[in-house]
Amino acid sequence: MEKRTRADTFIEEISAIPGGEGIRLCIQCGTCTASCPNADRMDHTPSQLIAMARAGMKEEVLSSNAMWHCLSCYLCTVRCPRGIKQTDLMHALECLAVREGSSSGRTLTPAMYRSFNDFVYSLGSLPEFGFMTWFYMLTNPLRAFRMIPVALSLLRHGRLSIKARRLTPEGTNQLKAILDKAESLGGAS
Amino acid sequence: MRYYTYFPGCSSSEGGAKAYGWSAKAVSKALDVELIELDDWNCCGSTPYSSVEELASFCLSARNLAMAEKRGLDLVTPCSSCYVILNRTNSHLKEYPQLKAKVDEAMAAGGLEYHGTVRVRHLLDVFVNDIGYDEINSKVKINLGGLKVAPYYGCQMVRPRPSFDHPEFPQSLDKLVASLGGEPVPFPLKSRCCGGSLIISEEALALELIAKIFDSALSNGAECLITPCPLCQTNLDAYQRRVNQKFKTNFNLPVLFFTQLMGVAFGLSDEDLGLKTCIVPAERVLAKYL
Amino acid sequence: MERRIGVYICHCGSNIAGTVDCEKVTEFARGLDSVVVARDYKYMCSDPGQNLIKDDIKEHGLNRVVVASCSPRMHEPTFRHACQDAGLNQYLFEMANIREHCSWVHEDKGMATEKAKALVNAAVRRVYYHEPLETKEVPVNPNVLVVGGGIAGIQAALEVADSGHQVYLVEKDPSIGGHMAMFDKTFPTLDCAACILTPKMTTIGQHPYIQLMTCSEVEDVSGYVGNFKVKIRKRAKYIDEDKCTGCGQCQELCPISVPSEFDCGLGKRKAIYIPFPYAVPNKAVIDPVKCSHLKGLAEGKDVCRICEKGIEKKGLPGCEADAIDFKQKDEIVEVEVGNIIVATGFQQFDPSVIYQYGYGRYDNVFTGLEFERMSNASGPTNGEVLLADGRKPESIAILHCVGSRDENYHKYCSRVCCMYSLKYSHLLREKVPEAAAYQLYIDMRCAGSGYEEFYERLQEEGVNFVRGRAGEITNIAERPEEEGKLIVICEDTLVRRKRRIPVDMVIMSCALEPRADADQIAKTFSLSRKADGFFLEKHPKLDPVATMTDGVFVVGCCQSPKDIPDTVAQASAAACRALAMISKGKVEIEAAIAVVDEELCAGCKICVDLCPYKAISFDEEKKVSHINEAVCKGCGVCVAACPSGAISGRHFTTEQIMAEIEGVLV
Repeated sequence: MEKRTRADTFIEEISAIPGGEGIRLCIQCGTCTASCPNADRMDHTPSQLIAMARAGMKEEVLSSNAMWHCLSCYLCTVRCPRGIKQTDLMHALECLAVREGSSSGRTLTPAMYRSFNDFVYSLGSLPEFGFMTWFYMLTNPLRAFRMIPVALSLLRHGRLSIKARRLTPEGTNQLKAILDKAESLGGAS
Repeated sequence: MRYYTYFPGCSSSEGGAKAYGWSAKAVSKALDVELIELDDWNCCGSTPYSSVEELASFCLSARNLAMAEKRGLDLVTPCSSCYVILNRTNSHLKEYPQLKAKVDEAMAAGGLEYHGTVRVRHLLDVFVNDIGYDEINSKVKINLGGLKVAPYYGCQMVRPRPSFDHPEFPQSLDKLVASLGGEPVPFPLKSRCCGGSLIISEEALALELIAKIFDSALSNGAECLITPCPLCQTNLDAYQRRVNQKFKTNFNLPVLFFTQLMGVAFGLSDEDLGLKTCIVPAERVLAKYL
Repeated sequence: MERRIGVYICHCGSNIAGTVDCEKVTEFARGLDSVVVARDYKYMCSDPGQNLIKDDIKEHGLNRVVVASCSPRMHEPTFRHACQDAGLNQYLFEMANIREHCSWVHEDKGMATEKAKALVNAAVRRVYYHEPLETKEVPVNPNVLVVGGGIAGIQAALEVADSGHQVYLVEKDPSIGGHMAMFDKTFPTLDCAACILTPKMTTIGQHPYIQLMTCSEVEDVSGYVGNFKVKIRKRAKYIDEDKCTGCGQCQELCPISVPSEFDCGLGKRKAIYIPFPYAVPNKAVIDPVKCSHLKGLAEGKDVCRICEKGIEKKGLPGCEADAIDFKQKDEIVEVEVGNIIVATGFQQFDPSVIYQYGYGRYDNVFTGLEFERMSNASGPTNGEVLLADGRKPESIAILHCVGSRDENYHKYCSRVCCMYSLKYSHLLREKVPEAAAYQLYIDMRCAGSGYEEFYERLQEEGVNFVRGRAGEITNIAERPEEEGKLIVICEDTLVRRKRRIPVDMVIMSCALEPRADADQIAKTFSLSRKADGFFLEKHPKLDPVATMTDGVFVVGCCQSPKDIPDTVAQASAAACRALAMISKGKVEIEAAIAVVDEELCAGCKICVDLCPYKAISFDEEKKVSHINEAVCKGCGVCVAACPSGAISGRHFTTEQIMAEIEGVLV
């Protein structure tokens, strides 16, 4: 009877998400970190996250703010000498963090993403103005004041639509049916 | 006449980058390219969905792809983010059978099936590879006479592999500028990230990245920038003043969609191209061509 | 005649027995037609195992033997010899592979056992039809061809020649020495490469048993082990080597200056040149692509010839030995040899494809070989480490694994780079002691005699070791101390921080990769290439110098990246194998070859062109095809193709093959 370690199970969870399977191949060369425009702002570097995950440090990894700083610029992915899809791995960690309820409160990005997703779920399309307003309201209304000049210049130049694009009723229902089913199936693993 | 199914994406249709959508349509018409919009398309989900609910993210793309598959044409998008997300779904569905099984099941709940046959293309790819630089050059009515244009590619159009251009040293926009009579200004950060959607939640970081991009373009002699991504354009254009405020710089670089520059060279009208939507005024630099 | 078959099922420890129920298979075998005895044993290839066969042959009068065990590639010779020893013709033996073809590739024990039974059944039915065959012996030509004059070829050539046998050493470049001649010092002893190499090179040049042909390439090889016919093209050097004294006057006079290949483009040479000061042969050679006179001849012009004529106005004479001969032509030389040792070496990976490292874009980014030339006292900077603008560097970074251990370029590790990177750090500390040296590595691979000690020495010498692979090199400064520098961006994985290291010079430890002409070399010598592009050895562990083509050996870096000690050892090993064959004087040729039944042959000649080994010729008098028994490899193409069914494959007759197929299906 094999005894599964904590590290094993966590690695398996990550590997089950497309792109996450690369975690086993990492040789800790640090190229991903070196290529990351945002690595200095992360509490753990991208390669450090992998090392921690492989050591079974699940709580620390999922509560890290690192993956939430990922810009999805894919520079790490094209340079990784082991061909690891590091960006996808970061996304996998974000998804796992949300699932486990440990998405970091130290950055506003999870809230921003969730705000985005809520709109897309209900309308099928993203109304930029509505989404931005809602996000600022949710996180820090005071910050919204600083954005007013930007919003106004966008408005002046005809780039701010208050009205939102919507799908047809059939389309909306179809999309909701698909997304609901996806949620019931759990993650991509 | 060439036909493509068109996926504008939220920004380029009714969002802040609607001028991109207008100019894309105008230029396509001039090049005998018919972009037939996909009916009832839904948002691709972009980074937010792929970072929070990965299965849902693939399903959002799969719905669009399944609908596009019925028409059997290539699916073209002007938006780099939509491009990377849709492509990712295509390749992941092929590579991960377990994922495909789940996506198929979710799609069935909406009465849809996707068989993996749609090719996802970026609008720039269609113009430079299907139409070609020579054909584009032949439509130029107003030679840009050596206008120094810095081609800013952004990250998601050229990465990850495979893409239609080099992942770190792309050339397609440079060649496009040359074919329009302009002088492409290569600069080292031309395919580096502008901060993307993190400008909303991590403004300081994004502003720093944008400042570096402007610095690099300007120090290489750029008079303006062009870009193939609606989010990059918004970040570089709408936030240019905030960059100046924060870093005490005085960048004054117009940032155009590449289709807008093409339209100017083709002699198309102002309104068709939406030049007035540029927050850093484009007229200053383009006045002699309009 | 009554067949009396013995069947032996091997357990191979647990390799077979772990998945296949050997006792059941033995019992099954016992019940087969004509099987007189069936046994199972733990290790059939061992002495006791073989004795079982030998004893049974004598006691039970066996006239056919089947062993069900591993791949014939492993032990067919072993068991064949066991039969032969016991007085049974070795071709009356058949092997069933129930390891590589069964136990090693299946998990279900029940199904694997059934499959093993089927394979044994097939072998038993087949061996029924085996006929005794005799192997042939052919004499071995004692000459040896060595292709490539780097340290590998040099070592092999000297070993063979010192035994008193003739060696033909063919080298593509104007001088022997290969890459080793370009190096400065060698690790870990810091011996000067030229100092240890030139004595060997000189010996080659003077050896009575070595015919050295430089500027030469092998164009065609035909024949078979012990009897190869080789066509060598000696390219025109436009110099009479018997007259040239190597004085170097011609290269002083020549007006055409081009980048020097030997100096990796950092220095120049002339169109007429002596490759390097310690070249062997130490003679001039003319580059026909760059020489203006030779180029002019093609257009009917007669220009320059200053090397011949001299410059009268300045009182400078031309070649005083009258050695220049613009009329010289390529020469084709044909030699006959018994063995061929391929030592064609490697080429350095070109890092300009890694855009983010800036090689070719920034001035002071160098490859390893470029640095070797810079550091070498006889190199373009007389051994001084200098930046492109002539200044001395204040800081240097050495990047490991450029093009190696990388899915995007070469997956493999090039084995020597960690060591030569350490060497570079040492040379830098010696030549520019005020400069800071950084070494960016992923792992430190120092497995060799004295290698780990060398690493420790470098740590003591004050080199900054940073564990992190370089992500990119940029010249965009973000801080005042970065102005005017190249900034290497990496993660220091031991402190888990991104680091920007400003330096003046970057040296890249590039991968060793197969040569660009490896495909052509492989075709000429009938070599296979591995997935990584290097030449395939016969067995990666137990036979690293032989190849699937008998009589052809691969040594040195053309087989896989390695350091000088291993190269020399491998070269000596190949020489030893060649000498063993020469010493025996003859070689056994496999008997399982094709044979033409002249009565059935219709003379259509289809088989002649199909043979991949050129073993079939057409007898114009008899109007039938004839197969050269020594060259034929028994591949069976002609057997299948003959429309008259006139060709049969010995040991692979239709009867035998059909019996085997039936045995598996029934």
